[in-house]
Amino acid sequence: MAGVITRRELIAGVAAGGSSIALSACTGPTYNPIFQHNVLSLGEWLNYRVHRLIEGNALAPEFTESEMSPVFRTNGNTDPGTQEYQKLAGNEFADWRLRIDGLVISPTSYSLAQLQAMPSRTQITRHDCVEGWSAIGKWTGVQLSRLLDQVGLQPNARFIVFHCADNFDGTPYYETIDLVDAFHPQTLLAYAMNNRPLSIGHGAPLRLRVERQLGYKQAKYIMRVEAVAFLSGIGGGQGGYWEDEAGYYWYAGI
Amino acid sequence: MTILHRVPLGERAARVARPVVYRHRLPTRIWHWVNAAVILVMLMSGLMIFNAHPRLYWGQYGANPDYSWLQIGNAGEQGFLRVGDHTIGTTGILGAWGAGDQTVYTAFPGWLTIPSAYDLAGARHWHLTFAWLFVAAIAAYWIFGLGNHHIWRDMLPSSHELTPRHILEDIKNHALLRFPKGEAARRYNTLQKLSYLGVVFVLIPLQILTGLTMSPAMDAAWPWLLDIFGGRQSARSIHFILAMLLVLFFLVHILMVVLVGPINEIWSMITGNYRLPRERR
Repeated sequence: MAGVITRRELIAGVAAGGSSIALSACTGPTYNPIFQHNVLSLGEWLNYRVHRLIEGNALAPEFTESEMSPVFRTNGNTDPGTQEYQKLAGNEFADWRLRIDGLVISPTSYSLAQLQAMPSRTQITRHDCVEGWSAIGKWTGVQLSRLLDQVGLQPNARFIVFHCADNFDGTPYYETIDLVDAFHPQTLLAYAMNNRPLSIGHGAPLRLRVERQLGYKQAKYIMRVEAVAFLSGIGGGQGGYWEDEAGYYWYAGI
Repeated sequence: MTILHRVPLGERAARVARPVVYRHRLPTRIWHWVNAAVILVMLMSGLMIFNAHPRLYWGQYGANPDYSWLQIGNAGEQGFLRVGDHTIGTTGILGAWGAGDQTVYTAFPGWLTIPSAYDLAGARHWHLTFAWLFVAAIAAYWIFGLGNHHIWRDMLPSSHELTPRHILEDIKNHALLRFPKGEAARRYNTLQKLSYLGVVFVLIPLQILTGLTMSPAMDAAWPWLLDIFGGRQSARSIHFILAMLLVLFFLVHILMVVLVGPINEIWSMITGNYRLPRERR
């Protein structure tokens, strides 16, 4: 990313200071691939393994209604804005289908009504943005594990990919998680927030809740769920849009 | 032969020479410099992380629509720092600062942050990697320090030193820039002991724990973290305040080194050998 100011930096620059910045960025050890690979990636490697070791299947803290944020701000893309998406939204997502495929035994597609008819889970949890803020909201959706059990994973599946309807300058948003998080009881494909259908700003019709990781993992506008063996063939190969674009850690448990 | 010395040579030497004592053992010296470098990286990358959302809150949640007790930002071209309802202009230092002929609108200026240009992902790489070194260093210090009696013998104040009279006397001596000389300088003074203990057993452990409290995964594994600090956003505020206290310690530490004798002090932390300051006559 030498010499490139990413859109993320511009957005955050605006958020932080009201104006964008463009210094001669991206020199020094932070952007040296050898130092990056051998030193600065150690944090992610250690956090991922140590967290998995000590957290087991522990649940993220859940809160009461009185502890919820009065206003839950949006972030990232707040409307995919594509013609295809507008058509789906115009019809209240009656024609939208969630496709689950890849390394699964029986690829299946679900309508929103079908997902809503399935047993649901509701949880009031804290959403933590990588930038530092937190908001507490109530999410209702289908446990991802339930859907994965229905379609059945092939034995070589190791990651779950979420393909989204939104994009940044034409690059589609996507996110990936491992199977530990995919089968965690609080990992939902949520269609409702704070007792109402998910708004477009928050990712209608369906978004991911993976409660033990940061906000950029909570993919919105999900169109397709794919099981894969490796991350290298997906997007830029780093396991997510921000991971590819700005070098954010794939494991976002801290 | 004429008499060269009016006083016997041995006696004169004893008065003039300043005995060298072996003050800092190797583990202490290694820890000191590793820790200094790690804290510098943690601080500077931490300030860059703060730049991503330069507001602090109390409680479980906190975001732009909620009340922040501290904010660094800019109104037009003017940088400001707001604490509660009090706002002061900080143009040039915080919120709006100059880089060449450009004005940059981030909370902390580039010369204080790692990396110097806005990069949250890069700052996280530094912060979350060096955090492990920070933890390893303090753990090693505790083990060595408790094991070789450094902490018990050199850092724990005696009950005599903890009497109000003694502490007041020590504060007075510091205020008058009167520092221990000769034999008295073999030992740390009371304020010195208390500040070192405070850093090693209070500031640094709390800094680690508040850092962990900001992790959604750690909050799942150890939910008591949230109970201790009163929520993730409170932990984030405390993490910031502790960082500022560490900066304060650092500044006073450097000031003391400069006042007491920078070459002797720094040399002693490199070689271990400390030359006792000359006795006042």
